[in-house]
Amino acid sequence: MSVELRGITKSFGTLMANDDINFKVGPGEIHAILGENGAGKSTLMNILYGLIQPDSGEILIDGNIVKIDSPSDALASGIGMVHQHFMLIPVFTVAENVVLGHEKMGRLGVLRLDEAKSIISEISKEFGLEIDPDELIENLSVGLQQRVEVIRALIYKAKILILDEPTAVLTPQETDELLQIMRRLKEQGTSIIFITHKLREVKEVADKITIIRRGSVVGTALPTASQEELANQMVGRPIQSTTNKRLSKSGKPILSIANLNIIDRNGVPLVKNLSLDICASEIVSVAGVQGNGQSELARALLNLEDNCSGSIFIDGKEILGTSVSNSIHSGIAYIPESRELDGLINSFDISENLILDVFNRAPSSNKFFMNKQKIAVLANSLMKEFDIRAQKVSDLVSSLSGGNKQKVVLARELSRSVKVVIASQPTRGLDVGSIEFVHKRLVAERDAGRAVLIFSTELDEVFALSDRIAVMYKGEIIDVVPPNISRQDLGLLMAGIKKVSV
Amino acid sequence: MINIIAKLWQSTKLSLLAFFLAVLTGGLLIAFSDPNVLSLWKSPFRFFSEAINVSSKAYAALFQGAIFDINLTKRSFVNGFYPLSETFTIAAPLILAGLSVTLAFRAGLFNIGAQGQFIFGAISASYIGFKFSLPPVIHIVVAIIFAILVAGLWGGLVGLLKSKTGAHEVIVTIMLNYIAAYFLLWILSTNTFLRKGRQDPIAPEVQQNARLPKLFGDSFRVNFAIIIAFLVVILIFILLDRTTWGFQFRAAGANSFAAKTAGISVPFVMTTVMFIAGALAGLAGAVQVLGSEYALTAGVAGSFGFDAITVALLGRAKPLGTFLAALLFASLRAGGLTMQASTTTPIDIVLVIQALVILFIAAPSLVKVIFRLKQVNANSDIAAKGWNG
Repeated sequence: MSVELRGITKSFGTLMANDDINFKVGPGEIHAILGENGAGKSTLMNILYGLIQPDSGEILIDGNIVKIDSPSDALASGIGMVHQHFMLIPVFTVAENVVLGHEKMGRLGVLRLDEAKSIISEISKEFGLEIDPDELIENLSVGLQQRVEVIRALIYKAKILILDEPTAVLTPQETDELLQIMRRLKEQGTSIIFITHKLREVKEVADKITIIRRGSVVGTALPTASQEELANQMVGRPIQSTTNKRLSKSGKPILSIANLNIIDRNGVPLVKNLSLDICASEIVSVAGVQGNGQSELARALLNLEDNCSGSIFIDGKEILGTSVSNSIHSGIAYIPESRELDGLINSFDISENLILDVFNRAPSSNKFFMNKQKIAVLANSLMKEFDIRAQKVSDLVSSLSGGNKQKVVLARELSRSVKVVIASQPTRGLDVGSIEFVHKRLVAERDAGRAVLIFSTELDEVFALSDRIAVMYKGEIIDVVPPNISRQDLGLLMAGIKKVSV
Repeated sequence: MINIIAKLWQSTKLSLLAFFLAVLTGGLLIAFSDPNVLSLWKSPFRFFSEAINVSSKAYAALFQGAIFDINLTKRSFVNGFYPLSETFTIAAPLILAGLSVTLAFRAGLFNIGAQGQFIFGAISASYIGFKFSLPPVIHIVVAIIFAILVAGLWGGLVGLLKSKTGAHEVIVTIMLNYIAAYFLLWILSTNTFLRKGRQDPIAPEVQQNARLPKLFGDSFRVNFAIIIAFLVVILIFILLDRTTWGFQFRAAGANSFAAKTAGISVPFVMTTVMFIAGALAGLAGAVQVLGSEYALTAGVAGSFGFDAITVALLGRAKPLGTFLAALLFASLRAGGLTMQASTTTPIDIVLVIQALVILFIAAPSLVKVIFRLKQVNANSDIAAKGWNG
């Protein structure tokens, strides 16, 4: 089955989300749509899936014009979609979620799941999507939950599958698995529209690439194109994909973690007897598969975790067991893993967010009263320095894009006088342009003599930035390696397999 | 200038439209509960004109009883403002109790306990008022400070429990309201509080020195309480908008995770905010006793503590908004009495209008649909938000 979009145009107010977009996906083809956040990819797919009606333009399936007014029209036409945010009920089983909305009833309204289960196992076998239909969704990993979403699309005989940023939430291993599944689906004749801004995945799996910028198609490419070419087209200007690095000379240890233990509420150890030194003028990355204690370690450095023992020194001064504000004012800049939850207050304006952790010192306030004029002056200069794109500092943070939100966090944390920079997943969910900006700033901090500790699950990022890589597995640092280690070896270490050194 | 008006409209339109809808619905209820109107159903024209006539008369009486009554101007024109004086008298404690709920809202706490805090403020002020003989002014100040402290501790207890044990403030304040109500009944039966020669629950009158001075002579009940209330409105506005404490309160209320990550102590915020909230409701109780009732009775708190929640919601959890909403509600209450006396419409219709206001405020999408508004301002979900604690 093939699908074609002709002249799709959609505007929201004055914003042209899609401007005369044309593209075509052939049968059994993986077609990547590449574009920065806010380029109009999701709008286009929501139009194809019937969630949004276009202002003009038409959709053709196998050469015939069809009208898709709702997701059920889309499903009937053989179009399935896996959303970025899963639409699953956590306390239901896999089978129950798959049949949701199309349940078969027996006598007296008893739910009949046997049929569903047998179809699920059929599909599982056919496409290599192994899953236990009786398992509860809440017990599944994110990767497996996504698999349930894929099965849900396939069970309605979707011949065209839209995957909206499917790898944003996945670990490297899960990503590889998903790419495998996509290839297998393609062999079975399913066409896939793959929306992403990750270049490596596109090059690995796509047959054709359409690049969208600011609502328009700016070009098409083949997967043989280089990452630089694709990035340049996507952003509209040359991008340096590997950050300029100098081989820095690191100084004396600034941040020392000694024998740190963290246990959770049930007494399960999350971080075990961990020791690590980070020196002035060096970037240390903590790599590892999500859920191996990295988040807890990062939070413990800011005194956000209870039940810790051991020591954390900054410049020889113990900070563990004091308070969050003590950590902050001892000289830690902290870029939290979730900027939405821990980093920003969405209902506050930009200037208020920029002073969130310095509100009680000059120039923001004199201990008691806030100084609105000085705060505005400070915020305006930070907005310029960090290139935060907004009209004025009194705009709400909730109105900013992801990249600009992260810039607000960076501006706040890096504008204080700090000795240590801790950045947890600093580029998660950001587009290429913003990633470049964040990376440059972090390297600049290193070059200015600060100790930089980065927690990242993105291998590209780890390789691009690190002076040393500490690999974390099950709450321990199993090895500290130089950045010239091979991708395979690092992957093995992340899986807990340590090569015996000769 | 146009900008300011547009901004003002943006921030108040939901409240205004909700109130408008409530008044409109109330008008329908007035008309349709009137037997004369209903008996005319056969001739639609007379039916409708009578319906409009009845409800507009009722609302006119409401206005008369709340602002200005031409019938009272026979002896002197000024007397016509007697209803306005009543409105301000009722408004003072309502403003203060409303601020208590408003402040807690801004820090992400839903203070259902204004009623109990009000009661403790009233008990404390009454005790100082009748028990001791102090010089003028000082007597008032001491009584008010004592009331603020006792009610503040009563409220602060809630914050402390929440920050130490995680006990939800809604449940705790509801329970503490019961305790306060029964404590009031008990203490009124003790020898200390029971007025000599009386069997019914009423405490001795507070001494002259402890009474808040009247503003316009003895023929008007309006007293210094309304000035205190207005000053406190400004104080709370400054606290929330201009001080480091207020910044912490708002940050913890808007996103406690981000506040914690930024080094703000959320337990400190909870305890302090609930202390201040308690103190505000306690101050409301104190001015009610010292300004208009002069004696503690079992019914001293009326429904002030609960109306305070409505007022805070209608005022969109802003100090100035709460002030205006409290004035509005006070005028409804004052006018309701006149309406009941001069027309056949019962005072309960005022309660219905109050309830409808809450309904429309709590369901902003309903108002949006009715008036085809594109968007309602950001904190329109405040009515539903308090529960997330």
